[in-house]
Amino acid sequence: MTTGTTYAIRAEALVKRFKETPALAGVDLAARPGTVLGLLGPNGAGKTTAVRVFATLLRPDAGRAEVAGHDVVREPGRVRAMIGLTGQYAAVDEQLTGSENLLLIGRLLGMARADARARARELLERFHLDDAAGRAAKTYSGGMRRRLDLAASLVGRPRVLFLDEPTTGLDPHSRGELWDMLRGLVAEGVTALLTTQYLNEADQLADDIVVIDRGKVIAEGTPDQLKSQAGGQVLQLRPVHRADLATAHALITEAAGPQARIEGDGITAPVNDPALMPSVVRRLDQASIAVGELSLRRSSLDEVFLALTGHRTGPGGDPDGQDPGGPGPGGRGPDGGGPS
Amino acid sequence: MTATAPAVSPRLRGSGRVRPLDALRQTATLAWRSLVSIKHNPLELVDYSITPIMFVFLFTYVFGGQMAGSPEEYLRYALAGVIVQNTLFMTTYTAMSLNTDLTKGVFDRLRSLPIARSAPLFGRIAADLVKQLWAMLLMIALGVALGFRITGGPGGFLGATLMLLIFAAAVSWIAVLIGMLAGDAEKVQVFAFVLIFPITFTSSAFVRVETMPGWLQAWVHVNPVTHLSDAFRGLLLGDATGRSVLWTLAWAAGIAAVFIPVAMRAYRART
Repeated sequence: MTTGTTYAIRAEALVKRFKETPALAGVDLAARPGTVLGLLGPNGAGKTTAVRVFATLLRPDAGRAEVAGHDVVREPGRVRAMIGLTGQYAAVDEQLTGSENLLLIGRLLGMARADARARARELLERFHLDDAAGRAAKTYSGGMRRRLDLAASLVGRPRVLFLDEPTTGLDPHSRGELWDMLRGLVAEGVTALLTTQYLNEADQLADDIVVIDRGKVIAEGTPDQLKSQAGGQVLQLRPVHRADLATAHALITEAAGPQARIEGDGITAPVNDPALMPSVVRRLDQASIAVGELSLRRSSLDEVFLALTGHRTGPGGDPDGQDPGGPGPGGRGPDGGGPS
Repeated sequence: MTATAPAVSPRLRGSGRVRPLDALRQTATLAWRSLVSIKHNPLELVDYSITPIMFVFLFTYVFGGQMAGSPEEYLRYALAGVIVQNTLFMTTYTAMSLNTDLTKGVFDRLRSLPIARSAPLFGRIAADLVKQLWAMLLMIALGVALGFRITGGPGGFLGATLMLLIFAAAVSWIAVLIGMLAGDAEKVQVFAFVLIFPITFTSSAFVRVETMPGWLQAWVHVNPVTHLSDAFRGLLLGDATGRSVLWTLAWAAGIAAVFIPVAMRAYRART
C-alpha cells in the first residue's frame, strides 16, 4: 500500500502527549522526495518528539505518520529499513573507534564483514574522518563526533534522513561542513527532515519550513515566504542618552510600525523594507537624538516567534539563552576593577 | 569523495519483521561491540580485576592468620567468597553500561535500525558474562598461585564455573532493571553498593555461619549468597552438598522468574 508516494515524509493530525502535556497537538506536515523540510521551533516546541515518532521511537497517541508511504505504527520494520537518524546528541559508542562504530551498524544491517568494512571506509573518507578512523570516538572533537554520527546514520543508504538539531553546539566551521554534506546527500535524492532552532540554518538548507510552537504548526512555507511574513530584518537602535528612549521609540514606530519595542536601553523593530534605514536616520537627526548604536540585522528565530505568535520563545520562561531584556539596562557588566 | 549511489535498501524483506536467526546474529554483533572496547581501554579490565586481586591478597595474608590459623587455610575457605562477591559487583557494570547507552542516545540509534528490539539487551548480557568468566578465571589462577588447590578436579571446576555463570546471568536481570530505572550511572553504583555489600557480608562467603549470633544465622541460612558460596567452594574443593547446589539453582531460577518479566517491561518502556 503506497498511497503516500508523492511525499517521502508525511504527518496528519499527529498527537503525542506526555502525561497531561501535549508535545504534539495535531501536527500536519509533508516533505516531497529529494527535498529538505526544516522543522523550526524553540526548545520544547515538539520538534524532537516529531522526529522520534517518525523514527519509530515513539508511538503517536493519535493521527498518522508515514515515511515513504509506510505507516510508522503498522510497519515500523519497513520504516526503519528506510531511514537514518542523527540525534541531538551524537549517539556513537565512545569506546569504539570511528571505523568500528560504522562497522557495527553495517553488521547489524546484515552486511557481510567485507562489505561493512568497505562501506565504513567509504564514509570515513567522505566525512574526512579517515585519519581518525582508528581512534576511539571519545577522543573526537564535537564536530568530528557529529560527522561520525551522521556517517553512522548513512551506512544503510537511507532514503529518508532525520536530523534532530544536528548542528547545535557546533562551531561555525563545523556547521558549514555539515551543511555541505547534507546538500550533497539531498542532491543524490535523499529526503531530509531537519529540526533546528536557527532560522539561518533552515534558510540555508530547507526547501520548505514548518514552524511549530507548543506542539502546533504556527506557520509554514518557503524560507522567503516565512521571512516576509515575520519581518525579514531587525532594526536595533540605542540612543546615547536614555532620556531619548521614548522619543526615539515614537519615531521608529512612525517609520517601522507598531511592532517596535523598547528592550533594555534600546529599541528593536522588525523591518521588511531595507530602504527604511535612511528615513530612520533622517528622523533621528531631525530630532537631534545622539545615536550610540544603529544596526540592521537578519531576524533571529526569537523575532520570528515574536512576530508570529506575540510571545517569546520557550513556554514558561525557558532559561536557555534568550531571556528577554534582563533586568540591567546598560548592564555592560561590572566595571572590572580587578584585584588591587 | 566517493559518490553514494542511491539504492533500495538491501535490508528490506517480507513484512519487515526480524527473523530469529538474524536476531541471534545481531545479538552476537552487539556482544562483540561490548567486548571490543576492552582493546582500546585496557584500564576497563584492570577495573574488573584490581579489586578482586587486592581482596584475594587481603583476605589471604592480612585476615588469614586470625581467621583460620594460617593464610593458606583461610584462602581455602575465602577464595570462593571473594569470587562470588566480585561476581555480584560485576553485574553492576551491566546496569551502568545499559544506563549509559540509554542516556547517551546509543539506544535510540540502535532502535531506529531494523534489528530485533531485544538484541542490544541480550548482546550486553552475553558480553558481560564473558567478562565475568574472565575475572573468575583470573582470580582462581591467582588463588592457585598462592596455594589454593582445586581438589574437586576438572569436573568440580567446570561445575563451579557453570553454576556461577548461571547465577550471574540471573542476577544481571536485576541489574537490567536497575539500569533502566536509574537516572544516571552514578546512582546505579550507589544502589548496587548499598545492596551488594550487606548481602555478601551477611553470608557464609567469608565467615563460617556458626560463629555468628543466632538471629543473624537465621537470615544467613536463607541468603542466596550463602548457598552460592557454599556450593561454589564445595564444587572446587570436592565436598559440595547437593543441598547447596540445588538451593543456588533454585534461587537463580526464582530471581530469573521474577526479574526477567519486570526488567523486560522496564526495558520496553524506556527504549
